[in-house]
Amino acid sequence: MSEEALLSVRALSLDFVSDGARAQLLRDVSLDVPARRHVALVGESGCGKSVTMRAIMGLLASPPARVLGGEIRFDGVDLLKLPARERARLRGTAMSMVFQDPTSSLNPVFTIGDQMRTILKYADARLGRARNRQQRQARVAEVLAQVRMADPERIGRAYPLQLSGGMRQRILIAMALLSEPRLLIADEPGTALDVTTQAQILKLLKDLVEARGLALLMITHNLGVVRESSDHVFVMYAGAVVEQGPTQALFASPRHPYTRALMACTPKLSGGAAMRGIDGALPDYSAPPSGCRFAPRCPLATPACAQTPPHTLISAGHSAACWRLEATE
Amino acid sequence: MEFVYFLIRRALWSVVVLIGLSMTIFVIARVLPGDPARMALGPRASQQQVNQLKAKMGLNLPLVEQYERFAVGAAHGDLGLSLLSQRPVNDDIAATFAATLELVLVTIVFAFAVGVPLGVLAAANKDSWIDNLVRLGTIFGAVTPSFLLALMLQVLAGYVLHALPTTGRTSPDSAAVADITGLLLVDTLMKGNFAGFVDAFKHILLPMIALSAATTGQIARITRASVIDVARQDYIEAARAFGIPSFVRVFKYTLRPAFVPPLTILGLEFASLIGNAFVVELVFSWPGMASYGVRAILQKDLNAVMGVVMISGLFFVIANFLIDVAVGFVDPRVRISGQRA
Repeated sequence: MSEEALLSVRALSLDFVSDGARAQLLRDVSLDVPARRHVALVGESGCGKSVTMRAIMGLLASPPARVLGGEIRFDGVDLLKLPARERARLRGTAMSMVFQDPTSSLNPVFTIGDQMRTILKYADARLGRARNRQQRQARVAEVLAQVRMADPERIGRAYPLQLSGGMRQRILIAMALLSEPRLLIADEPGTALDVTTQAQILKLLKDLVEARGLALLMITHNLGVVRESSDHVFVMYAGAVVEQGPTQALFASPRHPYTRALMACTPKLSGGAAMRGIDGALPDYSAPPSGCRFAPRCPLATPACAQTPPHTLISAGHSAACWRLEATE
Repeated sequence: MEFVYFLIRRALWSVVVLIGLSMTIFVIARVLPGDPARMALGPRASQQQVNQLKAKMGLNLPLVEQYERFAVGAAHGDLGLSLLSQRPVNDDIAATFAATLELVLVTIVFAFAVGVPLGVLAAANKDSWIDNLVRLGTIFGAVTPSFLLALMLQVLAGYVLHALPTTGRTSPDSAAVADITGLLLVDTLMKGNFAGFVDAFKHILLPMIALSAATTGQIARITRASVIDVARQDYIEAARAFGIPSFVRVFKYTLRPAFVPPLTILGLEFASLIGNAFVVELVFSWPGMASYGVRAILQKDLNAVMGVVMISGLFFVIANFLIDVAVGFVDPRVRISGQRA
């Protein structure tokens, strides 16, 4: 799969170092996002999803972030080896991002139109596209219409606080799509909104991404969203990918104890057994357990789990990093 | 539209503030011990003369009636006669207010022009030696009393270095007069009198620095904190992810929202600026309201005290009103919701 993947993260390890304190955040994270596919990265809050996403986008400040090893290949080029300037050229044009919180991700003191035209102006400059103000204005209106905003002219003149949360989230999507990127990274879009609006936003995002043939990396803790809208799933726990596979296969037979626990946490409409949580908490990143980081919370843990488990192939494209796979068959 | 209502509300409140101020000062000035008429005429005047003056000035009327006379006069722009000189207070204030206004305005421009860039510089180099230097400097500026700074500047720049004039508003041989706007720097320029402008500028430099130190420090500190706060916001990271270059992120996306707190703090600084201006004016023999106001207070020249206080108060509320308008232009949140964020 790595041959054709548009984005391919290989064995990425990353620490945060500040004032002598070291947080061991990512360990050997590998994930692939093939062109035109929808990939989901799942895990609980604090598991390293957002750090992974920021590492891919090149948004982490260094210090404190320090990459220990690994590759982030985009279109065959290792982004970690690119000079900062070259990397900045890709942001907003080749790869873009939909932010999670629509209230805080838009600048409150400029109009929507102003902010979108500014994004387009600098994207044009990087791509060597010549467009005057009217043409940019037209493009902004076009993209606003694509995210199903009625009256793009009026929206362009509005300030963020004059719009609802759902509208602002659509605008964030429109901003990400302005320059037709090939990879879209979506950070839990709509989580800050009510359920109905979130469902609309996700549907819209899915439609737009499919219509354009974009690759989508969706970061979420919502398994329902994953199941509905992704082709492939990566499950993260405490800075490591613990299980990954095609959505169908992974949901049909989850093998890592963490994936299973996560699925048991999801409430089912059919009722039945009471919802279970996972005992314990995420490890302290400054002194994580050696070996499998889930071991302290794992009901199946044995002394062998003090060694880091390798990814074991379960079926085509489906693998899990666990010593006790025989116990979850 | 909400913004217009907001401004009207603020303007009405300003009137209430001015009325409250006038009542408070009116009563305080009159309940303090000492007979103003006796103080004006001196110890050798007869009791009859004192009574005559009291009757003339209406000082033997009930307090409420006295206030009513003052308020009616003030509402018509007449602040009455000075007890001491028997000249209209209006004329005395008109002769001195422009000099004070000029000093305060120049100080504000300087404090903003220096304080904001210093704050941005410190924020951009957070925790570096630049930041520490700026922070140390602003603390010194804030804690050094303006009269001490004024005296130090006078000794250093005037007597040791012989670099700048230390008293007055113009050189004795300067023919420059402020007869258009009352602001010497503006008037000399309008008349094309460049030499006069340079002379006036040299004279205002030291008082301005002495007066601005505290405000400059305050604005630099607030700007630093504000820029650091805005730079942490999600929308700055989002702008980066959308490919907005760093100079646009700093100078447009960060500075504009970060500009509101220093602007707001400036309105509060006005009160201490006017107070400190009195001290600085005395040190530099600046021909402003200070010597007039201090003499009026010490001599219990009631109408003159009221005049100086009311003009200062009016200046304060007008300045704050203008700042409200400016904040509205910088921050649409204020403009749209009609509320201070």
